[in-house]
Amino acid sequence: MDVGIVSYGAYVPRYRIKPEEIGRIWGVDGKGMGKGLMIYQKSVPSPDEDVVTIATEAARYMMDRVPEVDPKDIGAVYVGSESHPYAVKPTATIVAEAIRATPAMTAADMEFACKAGTAGIQACMGLVGSGMVRYGVAIGADTSQGAPGDALEYSASAGGAAYLIGSEKVIAKINKTLSFTTDTPDFWRREGQPYPLHGGRFTGEPAYFRHITSAAKMMFEAMGTTAADYKYAVFHQPNGKFPTRVAAQLGFTPEQIEYGLLTPNIGNTYSGAVPLGLANVLDHAEPGDRVFVTSYGSGAGSDAFDITVTDEILNYRRDNAPLLEKVMADPVYIDYGTYAKFKGKILMSE
Amino acid sequence: MSTVAREWREIPGRYNLEGTKCENCGSIFFPARDFCPKCRRAGIGKISRYDVCRRGKVFSFSIVHDAPDFNNMLKPYVVAMVQTDDGVMVSAQLVDVDLDKVAIGMPVRAVLRKLSADGASGVIRYGYKFVPDE
Ligand SMILES: [Zn+2]
Repeated sequence: MDVGIVSYGAYVPRYRIKPEEIGRIWGVDGKGMGKGLMIYQKSVPSPDEDVVTIATEAARYMMDRVPEVDPKDIGAVYVGSESHPYAVKPTATIVAEAIRATPAMTAADMEFACKAGTAGIQACMGLVGSGMVRYGVAIGADTSQGAPGDALEYSASAGGAAYLIGSEKVIAKINKTLSFTTDTPDFWRREGQPYPLHGGRFTGEPAYFRHITSAAKMMFEAMGTTAADYKYAVFHQPNGKFPTRVAAQLGFTPEQIEYGLLTPNIGNTYSGAVPLGLANVLDHAEPGDRVFVTSYGSGAGSDAFDITVTDEILNYRRDNAPLLEKVMADPVYIDYGTYAKFKGKILMSE
Repeated sequence: MSTVAREWREIPGRYNLEGTKCENCGSIFFPARDFCPKCRRAGIGKISRYDVCRRGKVFSFSIVHDAPDFNNMLKPYVVAMVQTDDGVMVSAQLVDVDLDKVAIGMPVRAVLRKLSADGASGVIRYGYKFVPDE
């Protein structure tokens, strides 16, 4: 049985802030900071947007593209995020209700820093492959926070993408998935705390680079491939710099990662990052294109996927929902005051 | 808790613009009702679920400067009467829009947004708002 992507949808909020505007407030060279991180602007959610609304928008776009799929045939909905609006009360049930998939289905929220979305794809692959469900939905979405003045404030942004996993009319077959996981405390947020902490330099080599290159090399070995066998590659992108460097280390060219690298324009969407990058690749994909995907979640682990786009994409109604380029066009730039208000950083009276 | 229960019953309408239709005379009701005032007894048993179209056009609008608590963060904001493509009038907030570009006849579509929340620890209410449909 071929298990893979039957449909997808992606959404990014309309507002943007630039690093020079953030730097202006904290008295640092924001523009230089942005250049170092390769982040030239980041998305900001409207005050009435959160992971529920972002995941719903992405999931509705996903369903709009497969009008022949009955939402009642969806047997599982998983939403991966580290910014679920409730600590207890699943995001997934709200999204499932909004796409009419309830009630004969299972649902859960997932959390694994920035790779909860790809973990959801793996869970759905297992359920579909074993015949337990006909379709599964996996969503990665976040509205992440960086502490004011912290380096993360220049990158933490908002967005998400949804994937319908199944075995019928698959537009992109997932040839294989595997993971590399260890206990590495590079980044964390304790229960009840508004902002995460990170291990500074520790977030680079032993965390992001080790896990991504390990998972990627395991995939090359399992499939007997090298970077040259793929048309496109998508890597987790906490900034623009890390994925560019890890791609080069693995032998990928800048052309191969171009479509999958969105962080320079929208910031780090955390659980949304790899799902959004893959959505932009699929927006441009043609039959036969092979795609290499490796996510990364702090704490720490990487999920790798080897994907082949099928002929079915020619029948797929991609235009029933806006392509990501259109979703990201026409942003509204806001100043730091508006940003602080939108993100709830201003202490209001009760 | 009684308001939580009442709002829970409103979820199909608020998330998916779910209304009802009288199969006897064709009237569409949104919010949903299970009695047709036109057909009265003749409509009994003929009221079925009807999903109002999520796309439409601005029929009328006004800009709100004095906002209730939750919308403080969004003011000034637009409230619009939207005529959906199947002819139903729905009133809701119009968001992600430049105030000087709002116009009668503007195409819009329904999205799910946060409507309000009971403070920092209470329930969050989600429901439809409209955004420009380019
Ligand atoms: Zn009637």
